[in-house]
Amino acid sequence: MGRVVVIGAGIVGACCALYAARAGWEVVVVDREGVAAGTSSHGEGNLLVSDKGAGPELDLMLSSRRHWLALGDELGREGLELDEKGGLVVAASEAAADVWRAFATGQREVGVLAEEVDPVDLEPRIVDGLAVGVHYPQDLQVQPVLASQTILEAATRLGAVLRSGSPVVAAQRTASSSTWRLRLGDGTAVEADRVVNAAGPWGGEVSALLGGPVPVLPRRGFVLVTEPVGPIVRHKVYSADYVDNVGSSDAGLQTSCVVEGTRGGTILIGASRERVGYDRSMDPDVVRRLAAQAVALFPVLADVRILRTYRGFRPYCPDHLPVIGPDPRCPGLVHACGHEGAGVGLAPATGAFVAAMLSADHGRAPVEVDGVATAPFAPGRFGEAVPA
Amino acid sequence: MTGADVVVVGAGPAGLACAVTAVRHGLTVDLVDAGWAVGGQYWRHPAPVEGADGAGAVTAGEVAHLHHDLPTYRALCSRLEEAVAAGRARTFLGHEVWTVGRRDGGWEVAATQRRAAGGRHAPGGGELRVAAPALVVATGAYDTSLPFRGWDLPGVMTAGGLQALLKGHAVAAGRRVAVAGSGPFLLPVAVGLAESGAEVVGVYEANPPTRWGRHLPAVARNVAKLAEGAEYAAALARHRIPLRTGRMVVEALGTDRVEAVTVARLDATGRPRPDGRTTVAVDAVGVGWGFTPVVDLAVTAGCATTRTDDGRHVVAETEGRTSVEGVYTAGETTGVGGAALALAEGERTAYSVLADRTGHDPDAARLRHLDRRIAALRSFAAAMAQAHAVPAGWVDATAAETLVCRCEEVPRAAVDHALRDREARDARQVKQLTRAGMGWCQGRVCEAGCRALVADRIGRPDRSAATERLVAMPVRMRDLLGTP
Ligand SMILES: Cc1cc2nc3c(=O)[nH]c(=O)nc-3n(C[C@H](O)[C@H](O)[C@H](O)COP(=O)(O)OP(=O)(O)OC[C@H]3O[C@@H](n4cnc5c(N)ncnc54)[C@H](O)[C@@H]3O)c2cc1C
Ligand SMILES: Cc1cc2nc3c(=O)[nH]c(=O)nc-3n(C[C@H](O)[C@H](O)[C@H](O)COP(=O)(O)OP(=O)(O)OC[C@H]3O[C@@H](n4cnc5c(N)ncnc54)[C@H](O)[C@@H]3O)c2cc1C
Repeated sequence: MGRVVVIGAGIVGACCALYAARAGWEVVVVDREGVAAGTSSHGEGNLLVSDKGAGPELDLMLSSRRHWLALGDELGREGLELDEKGGLVVAASEAAADVWRAFATGQREVGVLAEEVDPVDLEPRIVDGLAVGVHYPQDLQVQPVLASQTILEAATRLGAVLRSGSPVVAAQRTASSSTWRLRLGDGTAVEADRVVNAAGPWGGEVSALLGGPVPVLPRRGFVLVTEPVGPIVRHKVYSADYVDNVGSSDAGLQTSCVVEGTRGGTILIGASRERVGYDRSMDPDVVRRLAAQAVALFPVLADVRILRTYRGFRPYCPDHLPVIGPDPRCPGLVHACGHEGAGVGLAPATGAFVAAMLSADHGRAPVEVDGVATAPFAPGRFGEAVPA
Repeated sequence: MTGADVVVVGAGPAGLACAVTAVRHGLTVDLVDAGWAVGGQYWRHPAPVEGADGAGAVTAGEVAHLHHDLPTYRALCSRLEEAVAAGRARTFLGHEVWTVGRRDGGWEVAATQRRAAGGRHAPGGGELRVAAPALVVATGAYDTSLPFRGWDLPGVMTAGGLQALLKGHAVAAGRRVAVAGSGPFLLPVAVGLAESGAEVVGVYEANPPTRWGRHLPAVARNVAKLAEGAEYAAALARHRIPLRTGRMVVEALGTDRVEAVTVARLDATGRPRPDGRTTVAVDAVGVGWGFTPVVDLAVTAGCATTRTDDGRHVVAETEGRTSVEGVYTAGETTGVGGAALALAEGERTAYSVLADRTGHDPDAARLRHLDRRIAALRSFAAAMAQAHAVPAGWVDATAAETLVCRCEEVPRAAVDHALRDREARDARQVKQLTRAGMGWCQGRVCEAGCRALVADRIGRPDRSAATERLVAMPVRMRDLLGTP
């Protein structure tokens, strides 16, 4: 064991820090701003199994879900605002319903609970005349900012240290190649035996600076927040075309909203997907589209006011899977980024992966962690020549 | 007229002067304001009776005695009316701009109709969308409050709130009223209340007048301001309103609403002294700590901001040009300086728009005059900001259980906890951990207090960026349907 530096104090970095500290590593978390200053405070906290088809991401999510429940027991659900809220997917037409039934069949085979329901039974205020609803009791929710804090504080109690306010600007490996020296923007340096790249959408830039580039790009999303209106939406509700959008590689704008109520009584409506780099400009059309879709699902929302909208940048990989694992080109570097729109959900399992990989020999990651195959997430999958 | 050359948001002194100047030099203008009449905070108007659609011109009418400089106002109004009649300008009153966005190489302003006075939505609803190559953000400022014990009791409001009731509804907020905080603005509020028949038990100005001593050159450049001050002093005397300096309200007392306030003297370091406190019976109190610029639309358009010494964000600009091409600003958005400065800046900004849009060289002598006037008024504003700074000991007027954010019911203790025991280092992180500023008002009421509290606790100004409010005014979803 030695010292590991985790770059990034978002939800993924926080989980990496906690699991590494539990494994006995001396952990330093470095963030250019502070805890959850990046995407983890600009998205939502849906922990969805429902939107993932059978495959590696769903396997990772099912494992992560167990980790989230365990974290809830260990750290207290309140500190994470962990809720077993459940999801409801609805389809308007019989054709869409059939497509979703096939999708759900695949999910059930790997252990997802998915039950066909009449949407009105679960959501009395939902629009009339929907063809079908599928209830996913395993969908959870957390508050990502609180969760990042609480998890990082748990790591701190095990000796982890947070250095915030200054970015990593350069990295060197010592001659023997066995240790790293990271230089920060404030002129100081940190030495480490291992480095974890948990820089979210900036994971591409950070990986390049570390000498092991991986292709992570930003994918913008807007979320709407309404005035408090009480519990008119009880689950996470979305329409069946959502999954097509999530999986799309189209750079253009896609919207298909997920509507849910929060503890404070506000309704969250998210989220659009669009590849426009780090363009922060307001796009009123996105708000209009999300609002129209939300009203289509819940007509009562028409008279509810939007108080706020915000946007974040999902860390996006070309194949829609996160990059988790040791970099074959750089001994001591482990990537943990590119989780796109599921990084909150996948964070604890990612932490467990990283902890298991830190102690593995260079390049020889364990084949499985918690029973989940590691190969689909390996950085090596992009080949040596990494696309820009 | 389709698609004006300029769209101006805000019809206060700045926006009005800008619009009228732009039209005079040949540009076409769309002017949008949430108010039911033009005039902004300075020339504020009563709401129309229910059922009115906000399109009719509402004049200062029965509250005329509360307004200054009405000839200027009337001149601006008549020039605007002429422009409207000639098809050179359109006004959209009673329209709340909820956001701005880029459109076809220019800017689009998106607004919805404000609820009528009775609280009902205007008939029709829907969205107003006007686009133009140039956008002027002249959204003004609103008054700043800081938390103190009992500030959430009914009857406790901001000094501006007292004034708004008077000008907007022609009613005094109470029969026995105290006015407190800091700044010359407290004086007209007190006088206005007295003229409307209320008893003003005292004006409690936190700063001693000696703080002006250091700024005599700035005062000398602005004799009109001195005259204005003397006029108010005379009015206070006439109405027998006691002006007590070096004092602040440290607590509002009462069960269902405010019944009294406790006033403390401040020591040389600006801390309330424990001895010699007095309790004064009141049925309303207004406390104002200066003004916070409304920079939401400018920030949404991507404009850079800078932080003033007192920790407020203002839009960065030169001659009205912001950091974003095609976006301009004028008035309190660039820093709080009063109506005369807002008028001058509005005119100045119109000339910048004109130069950029047409290459037309405006009147050089007029520009020199305006630039000198703006510089002088800004030096006065800077002096005023220093002479009327928030006293260092304002936090002593709060208790651990005092709510700093009323919408989300966040007590001071929660903010202290986030800073002391958790990983919060700035106002943004405090907000995320405590939810202070995430409720109905989106921090418009509590943000100044939260930032000041953070600054007090960390021992230096809070450095987190200007809060982004991409939705500048709450917008009903129904109004967004049907305009994809
Ligand atoms: C609109 C929207 C909705 C979303 N909804 C959900 C959802 O419902 N469920 C879900 O699971 N996921 C959701 N996501 C995705 C999720 O938010 C992200 O996948 C997740 O937050 C990524 O976490 P992270 O820790 O990897 O990255 P981040 O939270 O972005 O953390 C990266 C950190 O790295 C730091 N950093 C960057 N460069 C450097 C440097 N050079 N030196 C030091 N530090 C650096 C940054 O300051 C930042 O704090 C959503 C995202 C968006 C945008
Ligand atoms: C109660 C009060 C009393 C004052 N008394 C004095 C005084 O005696 N002497 C003095 O010199 N100064 C006084 N001031 C200050 C003076 O009013 C300002 O300096 C001046 O009004 C600034 O002009 P402005 O055009 O920048 O902003 P404002 O007058 O504030 O005008 C801004 C306008 O923008 C509109 N607006 C803002 N956001 C939106 C939106 N999203 N959509 C639509 N419309 C929007 C508002 O409705 C408003 O009409 C007072 C201020 C207040 C609040």
